[in-house]
Amino acid sequence: MASDNDNYILQMKHIDMFFPGVKALKDVSFNLKKGEIHSLMGENGAGKSTLVKVLTGVYQKTNGQISFDGNIIEPKTPLESQQMGISTVYQEVNLCANLSVAENIYIGREPRGALGNIDWKTMSKNASVLLKENLGLDIDVNKTLGFYPVAMQQMIAIARAIDTKCKILILDEPTSSLSDKETERLFDIMRSLKAKGISIIFISHFLEQIYTICDRITILRDGTYVGEYEIRNLERIDLISKMMGKEIKENDIESNLDKSRPHENVFLETRNMTVPGKVKNLDLKIREGEVIGLAGLLGSGRTEIAETLFGVLQKSSGSINIDGTDIRVKCPMDMMNQKIAFCPEDRKVQGIIGDLSVRENIILAMQAKDGMFRHMPRSRQNELADYYIDLLRIKVSDREQLVSNLSGGNQQKVIIARWLATQPSLLILDEPTRGIDVGTKSEIENLAVTLAKEKGMSVIFISGELAEEVRTCSRVLVIRDHEKVAELSEDEISTAHIMQAIAGDYHGHA
Amino acid sequence: MRKFFSDLVASRFFQFYVTLVLFIILFGIGSLSFDGFFSWQVFLNLFIDNAPLIIVCVGITFTILSGFGGIDLSVGAVVALTCMSLAWLMRDTSLHPVVCMGLVLFIGIAVGTLNGFLVTFFKLQPFIVTLGTMFLCRGLTAMISRDSVPIDNAFYGELAFWSLPLGDCFLSLGAIIALSVVVIASLVLKFTSFGRGIYAVGGNEQSARLMGLKADKLRWIAYIISGFCAALGGITYSWIMLSGYTQHGLGMEMDAIASSVIGGTQLLGGVAFIPGCLLGVMIQGSILTIISFQGTLSAWWTKIVVGILLCLFIVMQALINEHKNKLMNLQAEEQGGAKKK
Repeated sequence: MASDNDNYILQMKHIDMFFPGVKALKDVSFNLKKGEIHSLMGENGAGKSTLVKVLTGVYQKTNGQISFDGNIIEPKTPLESQQMGISTVYQEVNLCANLSVAENIYIGREPRGALGNIDWKTMSKNASVLLKENLGLDIDVNKTLGFYPVAMQQMIAIARAIDTKCKILILDEPTSSLSDKETERLFDIMRSLKAKGISIIFISHFLEQIYTICDRITILRDGTYVGEYEIRNLERIDLISKMMGKEIKENDIESNLDKSRPHENVFLETRNMTVPGKVKNLDLKIREGEVIGLAGLLGSGRTEIAETLFGVLQKSSGSINIDGTDIRVKCPMDMMNQKIAFCPEDRKVQGIIGDLSVRENIILAMQAKDGMFRHMPRSRQNELADYYIDLLRIKVSDREQLVSNLSGGNQQKVIIARWLATQPSLLILDEPTRGIDVGTKSEIENLAVTLAKEKGMSVIFISGELAEEVRTCSRVLVIRDHEKVAELSEDEISTAHIMQAIAGDYHGHA
Repeated sequence: MRKFFSDLVASRFFQFYVTLVLFIILFGIGSLSFDGFFSWQVFLNLFIDNAPLIIVCVGITFTILSGFGGIDLSVGAVVALTCMSLAWLMRDTSLHPVVCMGLVLFIGIAVGTLNGFLVTFFKLQPFIVTLGTMFLCRGLTAMISRDSVPIDNAFYGELAFWSLPLGDCFLSLGAIIALSVVVIASLVLKFTSFGRGIYAVGGNEQSARLMGLKADKLRWIAYIISGFCAALGGITYSWIMLSGYTQHGLGMEMDAIASSVIGGTQLLGGVAFIPGCLLGVMIQGSILTIISFQGTLSAWWTKIVVGILLCLFIVMQALINEHKNKLMNLQAEEQGGAKKK
């Protein structure tokens, strides 16, 4: 592929990048041709943004080589890469809301008057012309930027980027806050820039858009390089499987657990539940004794759904109905009172309190529910702690051991114990098996099913490992771009079907 | 009409207008209540009496504007240190007063440089850094002399009493310097890339960095400016006091912050208007003038009124920001709606 070097404006070879203690990029390569739109794909945390920041000088690469326009470059600051002709429009609009539109476009290189003063008049005129001719925007450039909606700010950021005579334009998730029509307009602009010979790196998690606008794709996964593909030779389903790192095997029914059969009673139901930018019009029904899986790419909105159901995020419209009555939720405590429990994704940050003992961690949620000042007798505390240590087979020397000294799997069990102690009707497990050993993994899977079967508990099981969902869940909701795109039940549940649904190719269920 | 008010509130200069109206009301109250209040000289006295505070306030505004919790608590202490150094230099050395003034300006720049270095290089909280240098400068002042040191240099006395006649009235040298500082600072903030850079860094540091601005350098310069202004304010203060004393400029940093905020500066950074700061100082000055004309009220009433004003202004800032957000959402909705058609 590297035979015709002349065609490449940018070649990044064998890039490594370390953060303290973490290897964020491992031997990643990236090749950009002149005048192409090239997408960088990967799940959240795959290293897309890190790679871009290495290119723009925000981060320094540890190893590797970047050649740009025939020269080897080592950008140290964003300014340096900008001056070389690499411009970026970042995910969050990176402009100053307290300055005027014109200033935001020209800051750092303002037109000067006779005394070396900033020439405001020329600056405004240039800004108006630039916005009008290149982007078709006719707005008052002397107004403060913060006065304009985010979509407009995004356009202004692009105007700034293309006015610096760039050769490479990087668009990092530019469309996440744009409406369809605004996106259309952005694509027109991208096409006209491409016609002028500018190369564009386009990062987006909307598959539809990637297939509409891009020529080629580079896929990253967990900071490693997966491959570089012509878009017309890559089926969507292949793209999804490459991003997730799973082979697609048709007809692999991996149902080795005896799944729970849900009862008739619906415990929780949401209608049109919406959290702006996080959850879109979600209809969800959870029966008693049912294990429901939420599947989707990282960042698709799985966790946000869980957080909304637990009251961490507030819905802006739609309803949540529990046991037949609509409820209003202001905070997690409201949901705890409705007997809902939530084991968060990142147990180190959101769940475990490492400096407390196993016993204290287990009684924590119960204590919070009862009120901080109601004393729970020590004997009762011990009894509870011992019961759950025994039930979940938590490996501890004794109940007073500090949680920070336990293994990841046992810490996870302590959190589950904490919530089980509140006797919930619905248990939400967000990535309960991440980073723990295989034996404990299957114990936790078993536990989810057993709780549903024996206690009639409803369980929401969120996991990035599709096989796990396939094994445990009676029903799987597939989430893409914060929206439910498919619902699979019983025999339909297989990794292949889930991946097809994420790719938008699954039509098995009417 | 409704739209007019809505636009007015959302305007960048709304708080300046409010401050201006408040000042006119205060001056009006004074003029109606007391004979002889309504005169040019009383008005000019506001600049003459508050010259040091105006200069210090402009300086501290640069640090607040630069964001990252920017503040410079050391300014009052720098005023004391410069007064004391001036008095000591003129008493114990044979240096010419002009050289002495140059030296104390250098002290201010040095303190500002230290503040800026600690804040930008080690990413320390400006509050605690400048609290440290505040104690340092106040302590150094006392090391020079614990007692008041009078300034009796003849040339220096002449400078202090020199005035520019304006018809029947006059303006002192300190007031002229103060007004020049206001004009220069306003122009710098509006028409130089340094000035706009300070706004950008204070408004959104991350963005400013990504747009290629040198955030640390800009912020550092803001602290140096504040140190310089404090020393310059100290010189004008010494023209009023003609002495050096450890208690000079005590609490002046707080008055300066209050004036700045009343003048429209937002403590989060990125929003400030220097003429507004001038008005903030003049509002404090006119309250004090009213009290002195009244004759029986304690000067502490100034603090009471300023305290109330400060609270009101901060609430007003919050309401203005909320109003702006509302307008923005409204606009976004309108556009979104139009597009769906």
